[in-house]
Amino acid sequence: MPDKPKIALYWCSSCGGCEESVIDLSEGLLELAERADIVFWPVALDSRLKDLEALDDGEIDLSLINGAIRLREQARMAQLLRRKSKVIFAHGTCAHLGGIVGLGNFHTVQEILERSFRDVPTVRNLGGILPGGSVEGSERGPKLSPLIDKVMALDQVIDVDCFIPGCPPPPELVGKAVWSVLEGKLPEKGFVFGDGKALCHTCPLLESKPEIIRVKRFKRVHETDWDPGKCFLPQGIICLGPATRGGCGSRCIQANMPCRGCFGPLETMEDHGAGMLSFIASMIDADHEDEIRRITASIPDPGGLFYRYSLPHSILGGGKGTET
Amino acid sequence: MTRRIVIDPITRLEGHGKIEIRLDSEGQVDRAFFQIPDFKGFEKFCEGRAAEEMPTLTQKICGVCPTAHHIASVKALDALFRVEPTAAAKIIRELMHTAFIYEDHLLHFFYLGGPDLLVGSNDKGFGKNIFGVIGKLGGKIGKKVIEIRKRVRGLNALISGSPLYPVCGLPGGVSKPVSEKERAGIKEIAGDALAFARLCLNIFEEEVLSNREYVDLMHSEAFSLQTYYMGMVDRKNHVSFYDGEVRIVGPDGGLFEQFGAGDYLHHLEERVDTWSYMKTPYLKSIGYHGLCDGKGSGLYRVGPLARLNAAEGMATPLAQQEYERMFDACGGKPVHNTLVYHWARLIEVLFAAERMSEIACHDQLTDPGIRNIPTQTPQEGVGICEAPRGTLIHHYETDENAILKRLNLLVATQNNAGAISLSVEKAARAFIKRGRVSDEILNRIEMAYRAYDPCMACATH
Repeated sequence: MPDKPKIALYWCSSCGGCEESVIDLSEGLLELAERADIVFWPVALDSRLKDLEALDDGEIDLSLINGAIRLREQARMAQLLRRKSKVIFAHGTCAHLGGIVGLGNFHTVQEILERSFRDVPTVRNLGGILPGGSVEGSERGPKLSPLIDKVMALDQVIDVDCFIPGCPPPPELVGKAVWSVLEGKLPEKGFVFGDGKALCHTCPLLESKPEIIRVKRFKRVHETDWDPGKCFLPQGIICLGPATRGGCGSRCIQANMPCRGCFGPLETMEDHGAGMLSFIASMIDADHEDEIRRITASIPDPGGLFYRYSLPHSILGGGKGTET
Repeated sequence: MTRRIVIDPITRLEGHGKIEIRLDSEGQVDRAFFQIPDFKGFEKFCEGRAAEEMPTLTQKICGVCPTAHHIASVKALDALFRVEPTAAAKIIRELMHTAFIYEDHLLHFFYLGGPDLLVGSNDKGFGKNIFGVIGKLGGKIGKKVIEIRKRVRGLNALISGSPLYPVCGLPGGVSKPVSEKERAGIKEIAGDALAFARLCLNIFEEEVLSNREYVDLMHSEAFSLQTYYMGMVDRKNHVSFYDGEVRIVGPDGGLFEQFGAGDYLHHLEERVDTWSYMKTPYLKSIGYHGLCDGKGSGLYRVGPLARLNAAEGMATPLAQQEYERMFDACGGKPVHNTLVYHWARLIEVLFAAERMSEIACHDQLTDPGIRNIPTQTPQEGVGICEAPRGTLIHHYETDENAILKRLNLLVATQNNAGAISLSVEKAARAFIKRGRVSDEILNRIEMAYRAYDPCMACATH
């Protein structure tokens, strides 16, 4: 009997949601363990780094890596897994586009560290020390991997074969991606699992979406009531559905809330935020510059909203030429 | 000459971690470090964002306990906008939070920490993991675990959009009502969840409490710390997950402090170490006096055992019976042995199931009035709830346009930081003698942190 295919699952700077999307395969996880050898999966199995290092190059058939690259050590782990694996899938939005962690690219590493370790009101840190620093005369602890200058998506660090979008991806999509490899049907390089079209095409509110949408003011969800049976956009509530890849099952819409774009941009779109901004621009119902300014001012934090999941992979986001 | 033993990565927990144990020339443990090599910076990059986005943004701190962040965040927004949620909204939020704690605790017992107890230490036939647990308990139980988690998570998808990440929370309410038809489904799931919770306690009785080796460990000094304990309680001082005051008891079990959400800054502080991204909180009135336990140390613990120690009882009848049984078996309150966290967690599973059943019958669950729209100018708000792994605090300050100026997040596992480090060091000292280590010994040391069900993504947000 031939050896079972080998699979590894790893996380970089992640929240663990992508791991849940594997555990939520439910009975499918048992089937996966039957069909493949899971050789490395720290959340669930007791394997060590040395076990991974001991494998031959290319010995792992498929590695699923989730999380963004925030620490130098995470870049090294991604590189190690690339060497050991025939196929790498970027699993989830952080690995695909940089994700929420990528919002850190609005700031320098120093600003980020200082806020959490010196400035928040519960911290008592008279010496102003930061993790990774040293304190004269005190015990030296284990070496700590530093943060890299900019958060990066996985394909900004290693070569990636395919992408599973979503924060986190629905378990069904993870299953589909994994089975594609186990069944010898690996898609072409660069393939993004999920729909080819925008979320709007499968949205349960599609019928109420007008051809042309014009608004005089954008409304914020906490200050307004809306009709849950109708498209958010003509009601003045920003929904990222028109610029976002479908395939999530409209899970936010099912809870009467608008899309925030976790599946990333459409295939035809280079930059998710710019794509959504151009759609929003088409909605502005104004003839004069002052009015345009007034309407756009009703969108709070456009940078954080339109680039919520994709800043490292955007024209704004940096992440290239960074020390790893 | 000293020797270093490194466990990298530590496993069966949420997030990254390493343990470095330093031995002296005699091969005895000199120091053990529990290091978390990950950091994201939510407290910085959430600045400038719109307040109403916080429940869906901050929950990305943790994909394992997103619902707890969603709840703490939306409660912080209630306080920020000074808006009282409707009765229906409160009960819907409590239902989703309780259902989430139920399934998350089961994740720990069957997938993460529980395998240490359920798959015997000398059992070479199966690994200490979910597959080993199914091998030991049988496919029928394994399928039941998978099925009940799936159904309870399905319940949360119905209420909140997705169990992976809920989106329904708004200041003053929720975005979606519950229908009478849905209530019938919720009742059925809650009933089955209760039956399964009782089965879990039977499994614990048969597989763990009847195992002399584990019972000895549960009474051993190697896993014991005499610390303060913190948890949220209701008006009767019973364990409460969704709302109430935060209560702290001392190592002797006596009440130390009790406070409401808005006062947390008077009671808690945190320190920074150079060798880890995890900060270590401590009780402000006592201060930090190093990694040590006892009445003079400001270290405290949170999570299931801490909640049961801090409270005066459980709010539902079956959980109360099990609560009394546990403390009787362990020699009274408070219980200091870390491995008893596993037992306390299952009692909370039972409580969660009973509470879900109560809520499923609550008149206001299906009330269509799910929102009060804020009318006040926002300024500052603190929201607290109990996450599965302990007390969770979100604190926001905004400008008058509800744009975040500052955040402070004290996240469940983080409260246990000092105690986890101390537990690991104590276990290392107890089990490593004359430099001799084995996989079994290293796993025993790992059992010291796993019992807490730590979430390092939360702890280093």
